Amino acid sequence: MKKGTFEVKVGLAEMLKGGVIMDVTNVDQAKIAEDAGASSVMALERIPADIRAHGGISRMSNPEMILKIREAVSIPVMAKCRIGHFAEAQILQEIGVDFIDESEVLTPADEENHIWKQDFNVPFVCGCRNLGEALRRIGEGAAMIRTKGEPGTGDIVEAVRHMRGVTAEIRRLSTLDKSELMATAKILGAPFAIVEWVAQNGKLPVPNFAAGGIATPADASLMMQLGAEAVFVGSGIFKSDDPKPRAEAMVKAITHYQDFAVLAEVSRGLKDAMVGISASTLDENEKMAKRGW
Amino acid sequence: MSELNIGILGIQGAYEKHALSITLAGANAEIIKYREQLDQIDGLILPGGESTTMSKMMGFRIDYEDILAFAEKKPIFGTCAGLILLGKGIDDPRVHQFELMDVSVARNAYGSQKYSFVDNLTLAFDKENPFHAVFIRAPQIENIGDDICVLATCNNTPVLIESNLYLGASFHPELTPDPRIHKYFIQKIMEVKNGKTPESA
Repeated sequence: MKKGTFEVKVGLAEMLKGGVIMDVTNVDQAKIAEDAGASSVMALERIPADIRAHGGISRMSNPEMILKIREAVSIPVMAKCRIGHFAEAQILQEIGVDFIDESEVLTPADEENHIWKQDFNVPFVCGCRNLGEALRRIGEGAAMIRTKGEPGTGDIVEAVRHMRGVTAEIRRLSTLDKSELMATAKILGAPFAIVEWVAQNGKLPVPNFAAGGIATPADASLMMQLGAEAVFVGSGIFKSDDPKPRAEAMVKAITHYQDFAVLAEVSRGLKDAMVGISASTLDENEKMAKRGW
Repeated sequence: MSELNIGILGIQGAYEKHALSITLAGANAEIIKYREQLDQIDGLILPGGESTTMSKMMGFRIDYEDILAFAEKKPIFGTCAGLILLGKGIDDPRVHQFELMDVSVARNAYGSQKYSFVDNLTLAFDKENPFHAVFIRAPQIENIGDDICVLATCNNTPVLIESNLYLGASFHPELTPDPRIHKYFIQKIMEVKNGKTPESA
């Protein structure tokens, strides 16, 4: 019997496909998310929209709060640690979090290095803006990749840019000659063996999810049709005027992301989505997606 | 074998992986999201994922009763969350079981993800080569009825079981590129289609 192998880590990511992972800040929200059909919850003290509004240093959530949420729900519980902060990750692993998000939403602890995730028994998800970033994270041991998007804005434009960027680069890799792959690996700044695998298989070696700015059922469907295998919804649910029906609508929109009748049906009758901020109006130093390399 | 159509319930979870395994095992795979599709398939797989999500979505485009009606005549294979749905006795309003197998299952019995594991199993129908089984936040089979046939165990606990038209696994055969368990399910479907009454243990 073996635990914590890469196969076991990716296995949980496989089980989360076709689902919605919802950000929650307390037990009540976690229960609403689970009752609505969320496949997992992300436990954090402040959702990205509030982190943006309040400023200051954003750290790993209090383990007490994460454990309370874990007791309240039966679905997998994720939690975030700061980029490069392996001690926060060690604590999250110790308390039995099911998935760790090494996240640009929190203030980075290391501006050069990400966590060496292969040393952990629990799986990690990491954000990316492009294929090179995705493959570096996989090289470090990430078992799931998600777009960074621009968290806490309710603006889908960056998530679309990142997903299109990754899928276009994968398509291009699959057209390359073997002798061109080393030079491409150099340009991508990614491990050669993983570049070669992606070129041969035409996809990432781990599940590829979308995050950062998803606020409506239509946003969720858009990301799935662009190639995402599941979605994270951060501020989009509990910053809207109707969290419970919106959470349920999101779950239905993911299962039936290509059924436009269903999408029309679940979009009707929802109150206002989160107000949001246009990502293009943010100063460069306000963009969370720029955190990490 | 190729004329057999196997459906995989496509609400949430590892349904695409099961479709690959079914194709590898030599049958046609179809992702099932609507009740009308059930008429076109010879057997159904309830995949791994979250049993609470699948329970919640019952009644939207497929009803609980649609699956029960299907189960009267055709085989169903449940893996992990799918096994939980096939079983009975869970006292939790979040999970709506079909109660098709006389088995009680404890959810997430091994603990959180850090206790997920892989192990080699001996299959009762092919003892020569071990099966590499992946257990993810796995449910544990607790009590089984007299009509349940155990096809594999792990640490003395049943992990692959069969009764009547139904097959259940607490692990994920779709995560291993070894189609023997899917082939066994396809064989079972062929026997039912050819009019053989399934043998109870």
